[in-house]
Amino acid sequence: MKKRFMSAGMAAVVAMASLTACGGSASTETTAAADAKAETSAEAGESSAEAGSAEGGTLKIGVIGPLTGAAASYGIAVQNGADLAVKEINEAGGINGMKVELKAEDDENDPEKSVNAYNTLKDWGMQMLVGTTTSKPCIAVGAESASDNMFQITPSGSAVECVSNPNVFRVCFADPDQGTASAQYIGEHQLATKVAIIYDSSTEYSSGIRESFVKEAANQGIEIVADEAFTADSNTDFSVQLDKAKDAGAELVFLPIYYQEASVILKQAADKEFAPTFFGCDGMDGILTVENFDKSLAEGLMLLTPFSTTEEGSEEFTKSYTDAYGVEPIQFAADSYDAVYAIKAAAEKAGITADMSVSDMCDAMETAMTEITIQGLTGADMSWNANGEPNKAPKAAKIVDGIYEMEK
Amino acid sequence: MKKNKLLIQNSITYAIIIGCWILVQILASTGHMTSLMKGLLVPLCIYVIMAVSLNLTVGILGELSLGHAGFMCLGAFSGAFFTNCMANVIPSVQVRFFFALLIGALVAGVFGILIGIPVLRLRGDYLAIVTLAFGEIIKNLLNAIYVGMDQSGFHFSFKDTTSLGMDDTGVVIIKGAQGITGTPKAATFTIGIILVLLTLFVVLNLINSRSGRAIMAIRDNRIAAESVGINITKFKLMAFSISASLAGVAGVLYGHNLSSLAATPKNFGYNQSIMILVFVVLGGLGNIRGSIIAAVVLTMLPELLRGLNDYRMLIYAIVLIVMMIFNSSPKAIEMRSVFMDKIKKNRKEAA
Repeated sequence: MKKRFMSAGMAAVVAMASLTACGGSASTETTAAADAKAETSAEAGESSAEAGSAEGGTLKIGVIGPLTGAAASYGIAVQNGADLAVKEINEAGGINGMKVELKAEDDENDPEKSVNAYNTLKDWGMQMLVGTTTSKPCIAVGAESASDNMFQITPSGSAVECVSNPNVFRVCFADPDQGTASAQYIGEHQLATKVAIIYDSSTEYSSGIRESFVKEAANQGIEIVADEAFTADSNTDFSVQLDKAKDAGAELVFLPIYYQEASVILKQAADKEFAPTFFGCDGMDGILTVENFDKSLAEGLMLLTPFSTTEEGSEEFTKSYTDAYGVEPIQFAADSYDAVYAIKAAAEKAGITADMSVSDMCDAMETAMTEITIQGLTGADMSWNANGEPNKAPKAAKIVDGIYEMEK
Repeated sequence: MKKNKLLIQNSITYAIIIGCWILVQILASTGHMTSLMKGLLVPLCIYVIMAVSLNLTVGILGELSLGHAGFMCLGAFSGAFFTNCMANVIPSVQVRFFFALLIGALVAGVFGILIGIPVLRLRGDYLAIVTLAFGEIIKNLLNAIYVGMDQSGFHFSFKDTTSLGMDDTGVVIIKGAQGITGTPKAATFTIGIILVLLTLFVVLNLINSRSGRAIMAIRDNRIAAESVGINITKFKLMAFSISASLAGVAGVLYGHNLSSLAATPKNFGYNQSIMILVFVVLGGLGNIRGSIIAAVVLTMLPELLRGLNDYRMLIYAIVLIVMMIFNSSPKAIEMRSVFMDKIKKNRKEAA
């Protein structure tokens, strides 16, 4: 009995806090969402106070990503980005008066482990999922969350199939879109006409981007002079591929790969005194954090990334992120930060309350996601279509003096 | 007398499996099962089948094989390929899954024979290295191949999907490194348990048959076995291909448990083969029940240690070392027998 009074009291306090928080405005939401919030949070406050058993109103959000292993840099960034967003939201009064609770689980970038991580989070009481960070696990977890009808938004699962289920949305671009956007960017800015590609044929991320790049390159008048593959088992020596690119007279080398291998390629290219423009996609993000990597090698490297720490509008995020976690944020952190704010905006639009069932929540969120527009770190006026794909403009950055500089 | 003892031992093994199934059903129906455990049930069956089938090669035939995950990979891909191609022809997922299991077993078994013919002439370390290479070849081939299907039939390519040259009705089934996505989740715990029982039935009956005794004779003394007229090649091939096709069955189960199937170093690489070998060695070479228990314990352990975050890999490794020492170090065995004697003595005194 005592407990019930306590929780009712807590719910009331939380509701009060959220109402007062409405006065001050949070920067990432539209006015429409803010209006909706004032109404729904009042309702939520009432209903939870009446019910009394609404657990004080907490929304449990799970995060899945590789926190150990070769892709750990992505998973940790996603975890931190979501954590920061949740902290801010809680300080500002939560979502519809609900406090947000976050828990991250490691999947080692393995689909099988990822499903285990998902189930672990379900045992914890997860109501929505921010994840997974990498593509293959995301497809496997997407099938699980679809059968549970749990709302899922992946910050960085870029394979086409990641959002094939109606309950899954994503913040980043799909792989083919990145390849097409890269080719268009190179073509429109006339960066080069002779392009070499070095890609990892054993990841779908890399081969997916390459395929759409090759398709679009023909339209942009780009000649592909070398098209060289490597696999996860042969990712330590790239001299053959680089020699071929050099001999073919490539002006630009397109690297749709992850930063770990890219750092080796940059080093080996420098040893060969081969200095074309290097151009990467979002997997290149993180190259400046590689240990024992001479950052001067990355000078002039261009990458298609929706986020830069020095960009206008992201200074505040960068500062609080660096203060909290001791490292500069990468794009993955910004993606998951946006993902949490997208959840907030959609949850407010849909009037989500903590005592709703996971499945009801998901249905309401699916509709609300297509109606919101948020001002995110990774793009202005981000909106989503019913397929779960985001709608935002691609941006490219160049590394100058060891930092990203946004290209116009 | 001997026969009876054997029967009792085998019955205990079957009873353990059936007991586990009943226990799980009771726990699940009363709602005492966590989602994590529910999700782990099918993988547990997969690894039990893998461990038992590898024990046939390593423990009973006495040849070290490091390519077991390669056969699993073949089974997984052929099974999932079949299920996806036949989506329009056979609407029932369960029926397709049943045929996929047969096809997976067949494909892995045929490859087992093909690989076995040249490879089984080698012995010891050489065999181990060749099987390791074979596993890697399978994994890399499947990473590179693109297969599509349209009205006119199948199209293959080693380059990319556009060079498949399909018409508008074409669907890409195996998409290079992306593997096969969208396989329906047909694997259930009950099917898994039935397959485990089937595997046990095959392996235990083989061991206790005329052929099984011939296989063990080859393991214990090849020259003596040859001198009494045992056809070495035939029996070696038999054990090796049965082991391979059972691994294929485990693979099909794996392919129908996750909706994304891709040959990564993690699931079908040599690390996985070694992992399965660890199950077998920890459970005891030739000890089928030991393999089952070791596979279950070592599959669950990393998940149960999730709470320790970054330390879990370290703890896992330490637990592995401790268990190996406890199980097989001569001193540890001595200590255990002394301890057991003491308990027996106490019990006698009490009685």
